[in-house]
Amino acid sequence: MDLLYRRATALLLACLATAAGAAEVHEHELDNGLDVLVEVDQRAGVAVSMLWYHVGASYEHRPITGVSHALEHMMFKGTEQRGSGEFSRLISREGGEHNAFTGRDYTAYYEALAADRLGLALELEAERMHQLALDEAAFQREMQVIREERRQRIADSPEARAFERFSATAHVASPYRDPIIGWRHDLARMGLADLEAWYRRWYVPANATLVVVGAVEPEAVFDMAERHFGAVPARTPAPPPEGREINTAPGERRVTLTLDDARVPLLYMAYNTPSLATAEEPRDAYALLMAAEILDGGGSARLPEHLVRGEGIATSASARYSAVARLDTLFSLVARPSDEGDLDGLAEALQAEIRRLREEPVGEVELQRAVTRLMAREVFERDAPMGRARQLGRLEATGIGWRERERFEERIRAVTPADIQRVARRYLQPQRRTTGRLLPDEEAS
Amino acid sequence: MAPRRPLQAAMAAAAAAALSAGTATAGPVAPEVQRWQARADAPVYFVEAHEVPMVDVAVVLDAGSARDGDTPGLARLTARTLDEGAAGMDAGELARRLEDTGARLSTSVNRSRARVHLRSLSEEAPLAEAATLLRQVLAEPTLGEAAVQRERQQMQQALRTQRQSAAKVAERALYEAMYGEHPYATPPSGTEAGLAELDRARVEAFHRKHYSAANAGVAIVGDLERAEAEALAAKVLGALPAGEPAPALPEPPAEPAEDEVRIDFPAEQTAIAMGLPAIARGEESLEYPLRVANQVLGGGGLVSRLARAMREERGLSYSTASRLHVAPVRGPWIVRSSVKAERTEEALSVLRGEIRRLAREGLDAAEIDDAVRHLTGSFPLALASNRGLIRQLSAMAASGLPASHLASYIPRMEAVDPADVRRALDARLDPGRMATVLVGPNVEAVGAEPE
Repeated sequence: MDLLYRRATALLLACLATAAGAAEVHEHELDNGLDVLVEVDQRAGVAVSMLWYHVGASYEHRPITGVSHALEHMMFKGTEQRGSGEFSRLISREGGEHNAFTGRDYTAYYEALAADRLGLALELEAERMHQLALDEAAFQREMQVIREERRQRIADSPEARAFERFSATAHVASPYRDPIIGWRHDLARMGLADLEAWYRRWYVPANATLVVVGAVEPEAVFDMAERHFGAVPARTPAPPPEGREINTAPGERRVTLTLDDARVPLLYMAYNTPSLATAEEPRDAYALLMAAEILDGGGSARLPEHLVRGEGIATSASARYSAVARLDTLFSLVARPSDEGDLDGLAEALQAEIRRLREEPVGEVELQRAVTRLMAREVFERDAPMGRARQLGRLEATGIGWRERERFEERIRAVTPADIQRVARRYLQPQRRTTGRLLPDEEAS
Repeated sequence: MAPRRPLQAAMAAAAAAALSAGTATAGPVAPEVQRWQARADAPVYFVEAHEVPMVDVAVVLDAGSARDGDTPGLARLTARTLDEGAAGMDAGELARRLEDTGARLSTSVNRSRARVHLRSLSEEAPLAEAATLLRQVLAEPTLGEAAVQRERQQMQQALRTQRQSAAKVAERALYEAMYGEHPYATPPSGTEAGLAELDRARVEAFHRKHYSAANAGVAIVGDLERAEAEALAAKVLGALPAGEPAPALPEPPAEPAEDEVRIDFPAEQTAIAMGLPAIARGEESLEYPLRVANQVLGGGGLVSRLARAMREERGLSYSTASRLHVAPVRGPWIVRSSVKAERTEEALSVLRGEIRRLAREGLDAAEIDDAVRHLTGSFPLALASNRGLIRQLSAMAASGLPASHLASYIPRMEAVDPADVRRALDARLDPGRMATVLVGPNVEAVGAEPE
């Protein structure tokens, strides 16, 4: 069976080569600098509009951390033409879903609706791009909401609190160390003037990308974008702030947190690495991506096979490399110990897996399986218009560029076992490592 | 009330009146659902979708946690152990064979059903191999001692993790308060006591009893022709025993087991959860008006009454929402919020005020019109991906609904008028029968004070 089986796999990979080719992206730049990307997906007659501003938490500094996110909230509070909440009511009445999200490198606003309503979304987005009405009373109320959001998301979750501290330790000189929602003290002192300045500085057509995915004609979308966004005055955007991590290995760091509301211990391990945007060679980023895939890309990968099922010292173990980032990033591992395991033993086991990546070349069958998983995932991701819009927007907002998606398959297939060993030796080493341990109070006593 | 037009006409009219000319190449399209019966009358639902070279197959079984009996957690433990080895393969070998086809397999369990979902490429050879593995996982799982113990321990740890969250504690307590002795009272994630009782023998017995063709339904979406889909459904069910359909569940109680539950919990916010058993699958004359009422109350995001009262006007909360859960027997209508602890009692009175106002005054025609426009207009969004379609078809398969169910959603929703809403609220929203749970700092002491 083995032989036959391998032949079937080879055949499958040949099919995947053509299957994974994503739909074509159409691009057009307005005179004021707004970049428009369109991908056609005729299914179900719906369209997603996603407007990406290239600004997020990594553009901030103390004491205005959280200002990008606060501004995102205020974008729903009305413009020179429309009252607070009218945006939401109009979209909702037309059967649309809408919301926004703030990340480290972007603030994005989306509407999903019947494709023949796309014009409404673009008109409303264009309005609030340059005619936002920022009102003091509404701002004070919204800051209460944001403080409740922080309580709900972070303060009342021991794991979220722990991750906030781990992240602030793993990043040394990078703004990625600050939480997206902002530090509590900064939220307490934030004023409307901070938001006004932020809006004026960054909400500029040339600092934004409009992504539309759906049952649309690209040319018609470009015309519609001209009609609505053409009126937004051109302004030169500020350059994105520099935020490189210190480029030598920052040194080994350890954080232990004992939290009385925690019930389950957790281990976090992160290595300082370049991202796809900052790597000298894109090849390095793809090799790190493959390393994470080898560790945790599926049920047969090394962490579930060795730590969860084999030794049984973990109830869960995951690996992730955040390649799509504007600044230097992390290769991180998160695991929970089983009753039979403890955090020290678990840390040793994770390090042993990392050591193995450095010392032994990944076998051919295992590498092929990882490529198969990744290529199949590319096909599956074409199922979701929202996911595709996110993919394009993130690549643009991080400065990597959407065309990287077209190179993805070629670059993944080019990764060799020697590449994985090389990046593991260079980046996944103790001087770049932060180990975080979250302990319930009972365990610490 | 405003005259209701068929969707397409209404949309076209609105587009003309709206802010810009449309540029669409297509309007919303309802997919054609095909239905047939496989072995032991198991219903199969199929939507052809040729755009992406992939296939989703979901097998749903009446093997949800409502069948847990006196060991809550049994249904989920069984489902979690299914893909930990089958047909002589251990978990690693099974995973390797599956991943060599590019496919993914997942299992999930809620109160009313278990679901095993395969997502595969539509290429013939890998799909055939992946479907064989799905068939084996369903009918010939190893359910080995080590795997059962491992999965059980993971569930026990997940219960401890849930106790870190006031919202999760509140949800568990709310179902207990709403459902009392009914099988819906306990959560799919189980209880400490239930999990402590579980072992391989019980998991095997549960599998033998509930994983049968008579208890199954199949949903398929993807790049296949009808004949291929028929063969696929026959194949994945092929190794299951015919079996007997599970007996109907008892009716939920008319009164909550407890009106108000207060649990002290160390946190900065109080989690509030309120609800009552409200609607069963098949009660269409009540379901659609209640969906409209829920949309206005707390189902509509930022525009709903609860979000406006709690968030926009008072800054009490970041998230407040309501949701209607349609289930084989009356599923609950639930309102949830997390509020600043110092303002718990104020928040509670705002929530109760909005619920009473809805029960007392119903909805006017304009509110219904807005809600219906949203619900019908956004319905195509739920069907715009294979993932969305397989979710809808899985729900239909779990209840054996007619193939016309999706196509009738929009006309049924458009037919809702104020009198329908009034009737449905009178029948199913009695605020006096609502259970309330508060989980947060010092909520017990406040509750104990005389009013």
